[in-house]
Amino acid sequence: MSYLRLDGLTKRYGDTLAADSVSLDITQGEMIVLLGPSGCGKTTTLRMIAGFVDATAGDILLEGRAIGALPAHRREMGMVFQNYALFPHLSVARNVAFGLEMRGMKRAQREARVAEMLQLVKLDRFAERLPRQLSGGQQQRVAIARALAIHPKVLLLDEPLSNLDAELRQGVAREIRLLQQERSLTTIMVTHDQQEAMAMADRLVVMRDGKVQQVGAQEDLYERPATPFVARFIGNSNLIAGQRDGNRFRTEGGASIELAGRYAGAGKATLALRPERITVGGDSLCSGTVLMSSYMGATVEHVIDLDSQTQVIARGPSSGPGATPRLTAGETVALSWPAVSECLFDEQDQPIPSMPQTQRITSDA
Amino acid sequence: MAVLVLLGCAAILLPLILTLYLSVFDEQMIVFPPRGYTFAWYGQIAAKFGGAIWTSLRIAIAAVALSLAVGIPAGIGLSRHHFRGRDALATFLLSPLTIPGIAVGLAIYVLAILIEERTGVELAGSIRLLILAHLLLTMPWVVRLCLASLTNHERTTEEAAASLGANPMMVIWRVTLPAMRPGIVAAGLFAFIISFENLEINLFLVAPGMTTLPVSVLNYLSYHTDPLVAAVAVAQMVVVGAALLAMDRLVKIGQVLQ
Repeated sequence: MSYLRLDGLTKRYGDTLAADSVSLDITQGEMIVLLGPSGCGKTTTLRMIAGFVDATAGDILLEGRAIGALPAHRREMGMVFQNYALFPHLSVARNVAFGLEMRGMKRAQREARVAEMLQLVKLDRFAERLPRQLSGGQQQRVAIARALAIHPKVLLLDEPLSNLDAELRQGVAREIRLLQQERSLTTIMVTHDQQEAMAMADRLVVMRDGKVQQVGAQEDLYERPATPFVARFIGNSNLIAGQRDGNRFRTEGGASIELAGRYAGAGKATLALRPERITVGGDSLCSGTVLMSSYMGATVEHVIDLDSQTQVIARGPSSGPGATPRLTAGETVALSWPAVSECLFDEQDQPIPSMPQTQRITSDA
Repeated sequence: MAVLVLLGCAAILLPLILTLYLSVFDEQMIVFPPRGYTFAWYGQIAAKFGGAIWTSLRIAIAAVALSLAVGIPAGIGLSRHHFRGRDALATFLLSPLTIPGIAVGLAIYVLAILIEERTGVELAGSIRLLILAHLLLTMPWVVRLCLASLTNHERTTEEAAASLGANPMMVIWRVTLPAMRPGIVAAGLFAFIISFENLEINLFLVAPGMTTLPVSVLNYLSYHTDPLVAAVAVAQMVVVGAALLAMDRLVKIGQVLQ
């Protein structure tokens, strides 16, 4: 049985569906990241779980009990807000103690818990400060301590890193992830940042226009995206629109591509290719003209025109075995990629499976 | 520039200084130069104006309490909800500000007489009527200041409190009201001063034995021109000034008025 279950959670504002039948099973101790561009419904979903937004339809089950009708203050969810939402008139210690006071915890016990929490986030020296006397990073740690002090059933994080300086973010992300794993906290985080999501999640939920596009571990989303949107959102795939016929693919601009995998049927299709899986030179699946070449440090990036309308980006290591040669603009180049790195989608954005390779069938038989 | 500032300060301070000066004249009439100086007039304040001061205080305190009791919830409601007719209601709550005090006083007096004739409830000349009338004056200020104190309020802190287990009443008590504190303090003091110093509305509504301080000062001036009135004015300035100072200590006035 899942620890937390979202069952067809839907929120309608007038004619728009902010969240459209979001269903998800979350196990105890799991870190789930809701990921998507702004307006995709991830924050609405989080706020429905917290109880700040009433669901139009669907329910939330916590340990098998329906909590969809419970008001926020009875849900036992610890929430960390994007702007931290600390109580400006209370000291750091009083902020952390707030939830414990609401539970009527005895003073001695409360003070011990507050001290423990402040130690956990390394702010014990700042207990008597007011929130405005702390830096953004420190305020956020107070917000985390305050949410964890009540020993919440689920920890909810709303874009927890977006208000931090860029150089702080990775460190804080790691701290949150370690804390979450150490204490086995069931956590749902919302972010629009793909890197952040990849670094922190056990499983990711990619959303778009209120709908769940795909649920899976990092590798699932990266290697087997369920839609062209996921392919582009996770790792910036090149998306090429065109017509396919068997193993042939013709771009809308007229360039011809030989697909690496084997497919049946024909029709409109979208081809998704990851920049770092495209090799310049080697066996030719298609050819193009180099538009520009950029040296990025660890990698070299080439922008290549397949035809007047279609551009692909190819990225490879700048040194070591398999280093990408620097090409000059105007050069004609052959491109290739392995069959497993090729994702083909039909008109309805459904993935088209490739047929097993003929040799493997004969060897298996 | 400096000259303008000096002129401005002089325009504000000169009447105050003059009042202070007059209040210590040892004369039965205000004549210049005085024979000598005395603080005796201050000693007579309680005997001559004690009753009026007490009436004014009772009215002002009741008006403050009642207008806060209505104004605070109104401010919270208006800032939280964007319902149909919200702007109309906000304007309606502020509308007494636009009507001249004399007109309001007269209207209330006529209304009170009408109600008395129909129902037999004695309203005119009662302290209840004065308090209700002062509510009209103080409420717009209280609502406006309470509403203004919430414009920069983070609603997410209320959600945070709820997620930590605070029920809606507890959220207001522990999060919303503390955020409004500067506005509430300012609103209370403004309401107090407005009520305490009001003359126009009182003129119509006072009755023998139930006169407010400004009205009794006016009455006194009709028959006497001694320095006692100056002493009363100074005493009143000291009370109001102390209130303003206290408010400035509690909250920075400028923050609330923007």
